[in-house]
Amino acid sequence: MELSGLPLVTGPDLVAARTQMGLSLGWHIIVACLGVGMPAITLLAEWRGHRTGDVRYRLLARRWAKAMGVLFAVGAVSGTILSFEMGLLWPGLMGVYGEVIGLPFSLEGIAFFIEAIFLGIYLYSWDRLPPVPHLLSGVPIVLAGVASAFFVVTANAWMQQPTGFDTRNGRIIAVAPWAAMFNPATPPQTTHMILAAFMVAGFAMASVYAVAMLRGRRDAYHRLGLLLPLTVAAIVTPVQIGVGDWAARFVAENQPVKLAAMEGVFETQRGAPLHVGGIAIDGQLRYALKIPRGLSLLAHGDPDAVIVGLNQTPKADWPPINIVHLAFQAMVAMGFALLLLAVWLAVSWLRRREPPSSPWFLRAVAVSGLAAVIALEAGWIVTEVGRQPWIVYGVLRTSQAVNPAPGLVWGFVLVTLVYLVLTVATVYVLRRLARDQPVPIAPQEPDVTGFKVT
Amino acid sequence: MLPEIMIVVLWIGLTAYALFAGADFGGGIWDLLAGRSAAGRPQRELVEHSIGPVWEANHVWLIFVIVLMWTGIPSVFAAVASTLYIPLTLVALGIIARGSAFAFRKVSTRLWQQRLFGAAFAFSSLVTPYFLGTAAGAVASRRVPPGIAEGNLVTSWNNPTSIIAGLLAVGVTAYLAAVFLTRDAQRLGRHDLAEAFRRRALITGCLVGLLSAAGLIVLWLDAPRLLTELTTGRALPLLVLSVVSGLASLPLLWRRAYLAVRLTAALAVVGLLWGWGVGQYPELLPGVTLDRAAATETVLAATLGALAIGALLVVPSLWWLYRTSQRGHSPS
Repeated sequence: MELSGLPLVTGPDLVAARTQMGLSLGWHIIVACLGVGMPAITLLAEWRGHRTGDVRYRLLARRWAKAMGVLFAVGAVSGTILSFEMGLLWPGLMGVYGEVIGLPFSLEGIAFFIEAIFLGIYLYSWDRLPPVPHLLSGVPIVLAGVASAFFVVTANAWMQQPTGFDTRNGRIIAVAPWAAMFNPATPPQTTHMILAAFMVAGFAMASVYAVAMLRGRRDAYHRLGLLLPLTVAAIVTPVQIGVGDWAARFVAENQPVKLAAMEGVFETQRGAPLHVGGIAIDGQLRYALKIPRGLSLLAHGDPDAVIVGLNQTPKADWPPINIVHLAFQAMVAMGFALLLLAVWLAVSWLRRREPPSSPWFLRAVAVSGLAAVIALEAGWIVTEVGRQPWIVYGVLRTSQAVNPAPGLVWGFVLVTLVYLVLTVATVYVLRRLARDQPVPIAPQEPDVTGFKVT
Repeated sequence: MLPEIMIVVLWIGLTAYALFAGADFGGGIWDLLAGRSAAGRPQRELVEHSIGPVWEANHVWLIFVIVLMWTGIPSVFAAVASTLYIPLTLVALGIIARGSAFAFRKVSTRLWQQRLFGAAFAFSSLVTPYFLGTAAGAVASRRVPPGIAEGNLVTSWNNPTSIIAGLLAVGVTAYLAAVFLTRDAQRLGRHDLAEAFRRRALITGCLVGLLSAAGLIVLWLDAPRLLTELTTGRALPLLVLSVVSGLASLPLLWRRAYLAVRLTAALAVVGLLWGWGVGQYPELLPGVTLDRAAATETVLAATLGALAIGALLVVPSLWWLYRTSQRGHSPS
């Protein structure tokens, strides 16, 4: 396929295609994170329940499994839409480079199979398998979920650091699929994403119980429901801050334009300050708090290091500065707020073997799920919007990849309406699930309603 | 050789999707036609019970097919997706509505919620295979040219061949589901339901047979080249297999040989799909042969190798899933 023959699509159809992709990916990423993180936390509860015989753990495991059944279904279908959209919206990308990123997607397909199969077994055989085999049937869900996240993100990492292929006249002539998959961006990006999934799942699950406790249900069941996922998330958070630093230093080395946009650095400078807040107006970052030499130190480990500014790149190749800058600020802010929460919990636990008793702690946990989701979305915006105007960094422009067929705007309107309804329905169903009395029934089977946990 | 292996693996995936997920779609169609809430409840429960544990795994076959398309024959994938973006967007939305509504209904306790989600599930089960069928008809009748969005965005999938393919897809899914459900009902000891679905299978079987015959006439008028491909040479034995199996299913159903009819019903679908594939080989799109469209050897080798290893994990797991879900419920 000749790239040169492709028309450059601009205007509403390109915006519509990008927004549709952003909407459906931004939606799926939340559910996918829950799908990766929840099974591990649920298995932890089931295992504790089995070991200690504590009914509360077993009830929690069953409840979470029930929610997992819903979330996994929604995640499976919202993920399918993405694979459709790769072709429907970006045929210029897939028609040429589909084979370069095909391997990780094929592996992801296998992982997804394993996940779906064992989820079917895990959810539906709760009362047909003895406890230990049932626990074991959940382990492949966790492994395959983490593996799927890894494989998908390697493909995204390739879009940031395209390697492993040769082209001649716009045609692929040679591909090294493993080299494409294990491109330089793969290690920091995949690690950052997988840890994010556990943070989102842990904080979001804890939030539900924090809200219930604030409403007065402060029994041991709710305390455990809050503590178990929160502990997982709190352990992951400091690690994630370190990994985030690694990912940012990687961007500094390999995607200097993205770093310049993240930090609002317009002029190349030595000993560049770290900008907190601020907004870019007329080629300048205004109203930002400057920490002298901070950026040079963080990005390159040297307070006098040179930071390449946006002025080194033609303006046509700049990503939208304010979106990237604000999203990066939002992600970092949320990350550190969650770190504070984790430290608060740790200090209290080390001192008194108790979580903090202050109502402010519960309030903080109640909003921590939202904070984690904001950090997730913001981080993803930094990665993806920061890559613009390229769909494959430095190789293929987004405008060259989009489907030139007319009417993409209408597809976008339709998809938006469907997602609106889907969002309302998902939130409604999950809220109902959270409010129901904790009845000890198997997660999916109406025919074992009478089954007792004890 | 690698491109051929890849296209065979892709077609196996498509066949598995048609058989397993097809039956799940058909289950939704019977859910739609089950009647009022109270009267239809036992049938709906049977459908839910049969597809609940397996539909997600069955659904993965579609993702498998899509991914293998863009990996193995990227330019064909781009051409098909860009020209057929309207029906494929509708398929995608149908899949979303169906999967989530099914999961939502399962955890809903109130009748109005069950009705609402049930309606979304059942309706999307009907329209999704239709649009998938029209897309298949578009490719089979050479209406998707190579290149990006080169085909007609509307008539490529609104034409006699596409419409008959869409209707046939709906009919086949409903038929497969009815056949599978008879056996499921029988195993659960619900002989009344088994009889109900046997009757439905007989009726839909006859309808699908008539539709197929009409389809041959439509092809003769609209896509004579496809008809020739199907009825001569390599594809003919497969088409004969499809017709014979389809015809044999009816007396088997009549005699309540539910297990045997599962096989013949499946063979009828397999024969049709592979007849189409074999008939069209080696041309994928007009003027584009498999060898020209196939990805580089290294990609095919790595992907097929990975899939082979993956199959070692997936196949036994799938077998375990089907065995667990098919095993009768002993009251606990």
